[in-house]
This record gives sequence, C-alpha cells and structure tokens, in this order.
Amino acid sequence: MKVTLKIWRQKNSRSKGSFETYPVDDINEEMSFFEMLDMLNESLAKKGEVPIAFDHDCREGICGTCGMFINGRAHGPVGGITTCQLHMRRFNNGDTIVVEPWRAKAFPVICDLIVDRTAFDRIMQAGGYISVDTGGSPDANAIPVSKVNADIAMDGAACIGCGACVATCKNSSAMLFVAAKVSQFSVLPQGQVERKVRAQKMVSMMDAEGFGNCTNTYACEAECPKEISVSHIARLNREFLIANLSG
Amino acid sequence: MNLNSKIPAGPLAEKWTSHKFNMKLVNPSNKRKYTILVVGTGLAGASAASTLAELGYRVEAFSYHESPRRAHSIAAQGGINAAKNYPGDGDSIFRLFYDTIKGGDYRSREANVYRLAEVSNNIIDQCVAQGIPFARDYGGQLDNRSFGGAQVSRTFYARGQTGQQLLLGAYSALIRQMNAGTVKFHARTELQDIVLINGEAKGITVRDLVTGEIRSYAGDAVVLATGGYANVFYLSTNAMASNGSAIYRAYKKGAFFANPCFTQIHPTCIPVASGFQSKLTLMSESLRNDGRIWVPKKKEDTRAPNDIPDEERDYYLERLYPSFGNLVPRDVASRRAKEMCDLGHGVGSTKLAVYLDFTDVINRNGKDWVADKYGNLFDMYKEITGENPYKTPMRIYPAVHYTMGGLWVDYNLMSSIPGLYILGEANFSDHGANRLGASALMQGLADGYFVLPYTIADYLARITPQTINATPSEFQQSEAAVKENIRRILSVNGSQTVDEIHKKLGHIMWENVGMARQKSGLEKAIAEIPNLKREFWADVKVPGSGDALNTELEKAGRLADFLELAELIARDAHMREESCGGHFRVEHQTEENEAQRNDKDFTFVAAWEYSGDDSPPQLHKEELVFENVQLTTRSYK
Repeated sequence: MKVTLKIWRQKNSRSKGSFETYPVDDINEEMSFFEMLDMLNESLAKKGEVPIAFDHDCREGICGTCGMFINGRAHGPVGGITTCQLHMRRFNNGDTIVVEPWRAKAFPVICDLIVDRTAFDRIMQAGGYISVDTGGSPDANAIPVSKVNADIAMDGAACIGCGACVATCKNSSAMLFVAAKVSQFSVLPQGQVERKVRAQKMVSMMDAEGFGNCTNTYACEAECPKEISVSHIARLNREFLIANLSG
Repeated sequence: MNLNSKIPAGPLAEKWTSHKFNMKLVNPSNKRKYTILVVGTGLAGASAASTLAELGYRVEAFSYHESPRRAHSIAAQGGINAAKNYPGDGDSIFRLFYDTIKGGDYRSREANVYRLAEVSNNIIDQCVAQGIPFARDYGGQLDNRSFGGAQVSRTFYARGQTGQQLLLGAYSALIRQMNAGTVKFHARTELQDIVLINGEAKGITVRDLVTGEIRSYAGDAVVLATGGYANVFYLSTNAMASNGSAIYRAYKKGAFFANPCFTQIHPTCIPVASGFQSKLTLMSESLRNDGRIWVPKKKEDTRAPNDIPDEERDYYLERLYPSFGNLVPRDVASRRAKEMCDLGHGVGSTKLAVYLDFTDVINRNGKDWVADKYGNLFDMYKEITGENPYKTPMRIYPAVHYTMGGLWVDYNLMSSIPGLYILGEANFSDHGANRLGASALMQGLADGYFVLPYTIADYLARITPQTINATPSEFQQSEAAVKENIRRILSVNGSQTVDEIHKKLGHIMWENVGMARQKSGLEKAIAEIPNLKREFWADVKVPGSGDALNTELEKAGRLADFLELAELIARDAHMREESCGGHFRVEHQTEENEAQRNDKDFTFVAAWEYSGDDSPPQLHKEELVFENVQLTTRSYK
C-alpha cells in the first residue's frame, strides 16, 4: 500500500516548524506505523537528508516514550494502544496521514516530533512517592491490602506517563496523570501518612508547570493508551478537597 | 592479572553477613564528601542511586532517556522471584539458590547466587513499602505464580506489568532524592568514555543528546548499570536504544568481559513476520503456566490449528519432560521449539513457529479468568498479529532476550578496574549460562538496593575523596578522543545506512552465534565480523551533524561497538567447547539432544581482557568452586 505523510518538522526548540509532505510506497500492511516511519527515515538517510526525529524505545506499549498526534488523535485512530502498537492494517491504501508532536505549553518541542515531558518528572518529584528508605521495611505480608484496593491501585499505577492525556485535552490539563498516582497511593495503607500533602504538592506543581485545569470533557480517558478511568480524577478532587479543608 | 573474586570465607549461609561486618564503613558525616557517578537508571541504576543518596553520598545519575521511568526494565512482564514461601509449598532461600545455580547450568558462583536468594525477601518487603501494587488474594495477602525451572510458586507479580511497577518504585525512590537535591539527574545524556586516573575509575565523558555537547564529570567511583547487549543480534526483545556501548568502552579501558557468549533466547516471542521487522515482542513466560505448547504431528501440516484434532498434536514439552512439562527452563524450551521447526513441524506462513494454546484453560476456568490474568498480553498479541488468541492458538518462536554475560565483577560487584562497579544485566555475576524467569528483576534490585550500597563503602573508605579535580588532563584527553570518534563517523559519508549494516551483523550473529552454534559457523563469524566492521568504517552514511540531536549518529556509535563486541561473543563461544545453558554447541550434546557440559575442562568463568584493536583478546579463567551443590546433568524430566 501507499500513503502520503504530512509530518511536522522542527529543527530545534528555538526554530519555527512546518509540515513537510512525504509520499511512502511499498508499505506492507503487517508493518507497524513506526516500521513504516523507519522505512521513510532509511530512504531519507540514504539521500543524505536528516531523518525525522521521534521518540520511541520499547515498541511494545509500556515504556511511554512514544507519542504523536496522528490525524488529530493522540496515538492514532485506535483506542487503548500506544503509537508503537499501531499497525498499518489500520489505514487504507492512498490515505493522507497527518503527524504532529504533542501540543501543550508544558511540553515544548525539542526536535520534529520529540517533545520535552520533564514537567511530568517534576510533578512526580513534588510528591509522587512514599518516603521510605531502603531496608528496614516490615514483612510484605504484615499489612493486608484488600484485593479491591490493590486492583484500584494497580489501575492507577498502570499509567505510562506518555502525555496523551495532556496532548488531547483542550486545556492541556495533566489531571489524569496526577490523579493516577495520587489515587494509587490513597487506597494503599502505605500511602496514608503523606496522603494529604501529596495531593496538595502534586496539584500545585502541576499548576506551576503550566498545565491547564480539568473541565470534565473526558477526552483524556478516551485517548489514554492504558484506558485509565476519569474516576481517578474524581478521587484526586476528593483527596485535594479533604486535604485543604482539614489543613 | 589475578582474578580475585573476593568471595568471603565461611559457611555459605554466613558469607554475606560476615562480609558486611568485615567491610570498612564510611562514617555518616563523611559520606557527603564522596561523589558517585551512576550511569543508567533502570532497576539496578535507579535503586543504587537512590539508596546511595539516602545513605548520604552525593550522586550524579545519567540516562540517555528523557526520564528514568523509560528504562527497558519497564518491559519485564511476568514477575520477580523471592524465597518468601508464602504459599507454603516448600520454598526456602536454599531452594531458590539451588534452582538458580542449577538453572544456570553450574556456571555461576555459589556465593553470589546464595546472596541473591538471601536478599530476595528484602526486595519484596521494600517494594511493598514503596506502594507497589502486587497482585493479592481476597484475604489481602500477596499472590504468587510459577515460572520455568522451578516446582514452587515463588513469583510475585503485578498483572503483566511487574517490571513497570518495580521500575516505577525505584523511580519514585530516585525522584524523592532528586527532590531532596542529593541526586542530580542528567537526562538525554549518553556515556561515551570512562576516565581513569592512575588506573582507577574517576570520571566519565558523556554526550548531551539534544545539543551534542561533549562534557565530562569527575567522581570518586563510577557505577555502570547500563543493561545487556542483546541488540547485537539486531532483532531482539530489547528496546530499540538498548546497547552495549558503556560496558564495551569500559572493556576497552581494561575491565574484563566475562562469558560474553552466554546469551538467552526466550522461547515465547511473537515470530518474525518479514524483513522490515524492527524488533521482536516477548509474550511473558507466565503464559506457560496455563498455555500448552504443541505442533502438528504431521510434517508440513497446513490445516488451521483448530482443525487439527487432539490426537494429531504433539505436546512435545509435556511428552519429553513429564515433571516440568511446559515449564522447563527457557534454553530447553527454545531449543526444542527450533528442533520441531527444523524437523518440519513448524506452523504459520514462515513455518518458524509453534503453537501456544489456551483452549484447555479457557474451557476449565472461563475466558474472564484468563483475561484477568493475561489480558494485556492477549491484547498486545492481537494488535501485532491481527489474530485473536482467545480463539486461535498463539504462534510463538524463540528470540534473543537477555545476556547473562557482562563485565566481570568480584563479590563486591567491582570490575577489574578499581572504583568501577557494574550492576544488573551489565555484569555477569548471578545467572551462569542461563537465567531463570523472574530472576532479572530480582538481580537488578538486589544489586542496587542491597549489595552495592554496602560494598562500595569498602572501596570509598580506602580512598581520599575529591582528589580528582587536580588532574584534569585525563578528562581533556577523553573528551578529545570522543570528539574524534564522532568526527570519524560523520566523515565516512558512504552509501549504507546504520540499520543496513546492523541487519547484516544480526544475520551473521543469528545464523552462526544463535541458538545452535558449531565450530565451523563460529569460525565463519570470527572471519566475517571484522570485514563488516571495515565496511562500516568505509561505507556508513550518517547524515546531519554532531552538534544537534542526531538519532542516526547515536545508532552509529552503538553499532560501532556492537561490531567489535560481536567478535568477542563469537570468540568466547568458539573457545567454550561444551554446551551449557543458553550456549549450545552442536558438537556437544547427549543422545537425547540435551546440552552436554564438560565440567572437567570448563568449570570456569571466561574473563576476556582487551589487548588492542589488532590483537585477539586475552583469556583469563576464574575457576568455579562448588562446595554446596553437586554438579549434575540438569534434568527436567
């Protein structure tokens, strides 16, 4: 099959970017979207042109490194997967495919489709951990955790930090990302000690990094490759409110 | 050069405890005077960096990723072993030790493996305290499952994302220290060189992957936790950027490389579809708990799997190994799959695959039960192949997955360069010739949380901190050499892309140094690889410049090292005239086609010393002494 790609090219964070058009032929529909991009990049490199830079690593949907807007949707047209899991059988011969980086004030473009998501690390730094030093922890089975709570915690912990929620949100809000972590710890006995201060610190860092507010459009849930539910946002709101009310 | 493993004296079970007492300590107020450079922030690196910082050392951590949370440890699916014996099925520290030594085909050190088993329980305690949501039963207790090479359930797991959860745990410990200012993290920064001063590791030179700037950093010790080198085969289950450059460049600076030929081929991966394939995807070993592996009894059978009646299927692992069945170790399962395909029983369009069938467990426990346990893996399989594994058996085939070999380290995890420590997959220490499933996460965290933070003090206490700033010339030389190497790569301006040459290397390696190795093939590889290396330096084309983000340049630098490391792997495989674990020499097999070890001549660690680009590496042998287990032929029947 054959497609036409319109891809955002931007030399570095200071330069102005623009769309470039690349026709790609001889695509096997068993190829992944990235293998199709690899093929294009190989042909560019052969001609001495600089290949399209895009972030990717594990190529099995877990590292959270990849992410791009494809035809106006985060991680492309299929729900519940990352871009690296997208395969060309999802497209039709002759399609025009528009590829852009994540667009958000807090995620400045570094080069082409690569953006800087270190704001996520700084939010985590503000409180996305349980303060426990190595060694001296009690036996792992000493504190029972109900299966229901362990499962809720795991639902939140499944977040891969890819940034699709921010990129797809009209407010560029990081609420789903923050909520997934706050929620994980709020339902575990180990997370109770820092529960209030965690919600406050992570939310205020989110604001400081320039992410927008949540207006309940649920776009984040719809585009999350790990299908993390907005119910975590409800829990974050509750945690944040209780923390502020109880001081 | 004397290879001193520094294994403590005394009974096996007391070695680590007495060693911890005998080692020197650095007093708490002096710790802040020491700077430790940690390269790689996956499980081993992040756990080490955070623990060292908690203890009071100053830590600078480096990763080529944008964030520590992207490291490839994240892709581990199945679980982590520990000798907790929560299910009460007869597990113990000694049994975990024994299974690991046996699984490694008696090519690892007793003392190291015992220590690993001993601290395994601390790891689980630590991870639970960090808020890692391991699977639990309805009473709130931790759940376990089984993995290959063991007859007890000792594997802790978090759905099919155990590596992700453990890495996020280590990441949370690390960012907590970054927040406290005790760890300085350098993102998108790749190691280029190790700086030695008076023969000791005192710094590193790195490249900023965004700006291209070459910088060096001084420290009192250097820790490499940079993972394995499976991508030397081009196609592997490793992430795209995983590479062997850090350890290979340390090797060229004098660190010995141990057992490079011990590479692991994982039996359950999604088969190669065609020539454009960029990487291979693993389907967790945990699937072998409930899936049954089979091939059609009839050769070249083209019927759809569901049209083949049960009596015309060969459940060959259950037939050959009645007591372990589908849960034999990885090397055995891989080799048998290859053998079945070689005999003409392979399935799928390429005939290089066997079936992994879940029909029985779906009939027994229902689709929901299976989805709850393995849902994410089934979804992943479906997205890649376009087939529904709830209805049609999965097609699987072995793929390169892990490297047991790595830089030689002593009991303290220090390499043959003083002050240079190697952790996790990057070292050779604990898995012998074959790693058991769910042991990589265990080893990475054991090294980082519970071993290095103790052992490094023994070195630091003997040196004066911060003496290195006085001698900058070594750093300038290192930076100049790194710049020259980059200039050389960019100036070739040939006609082949980096990937084209890497694919050629992968082909040589898979055909001759892959699952079945023989003398003639290895000699062919030893002859062909240097030619390919020359081809690289004469004909590679890397567009762009060195002073900006340049992914082709990054790949080229890594491939240049793989082209040399590949030859070392082939030489090691050629030297080792026996079959053991993942190293299978066709000339050395039993009548039942099992690996045949030669304990008389090869019960040693092969530690290779670099001796110049134009002369072959020098072999040093560390004899392995077994006082607590008897060397037997591994039997999983």
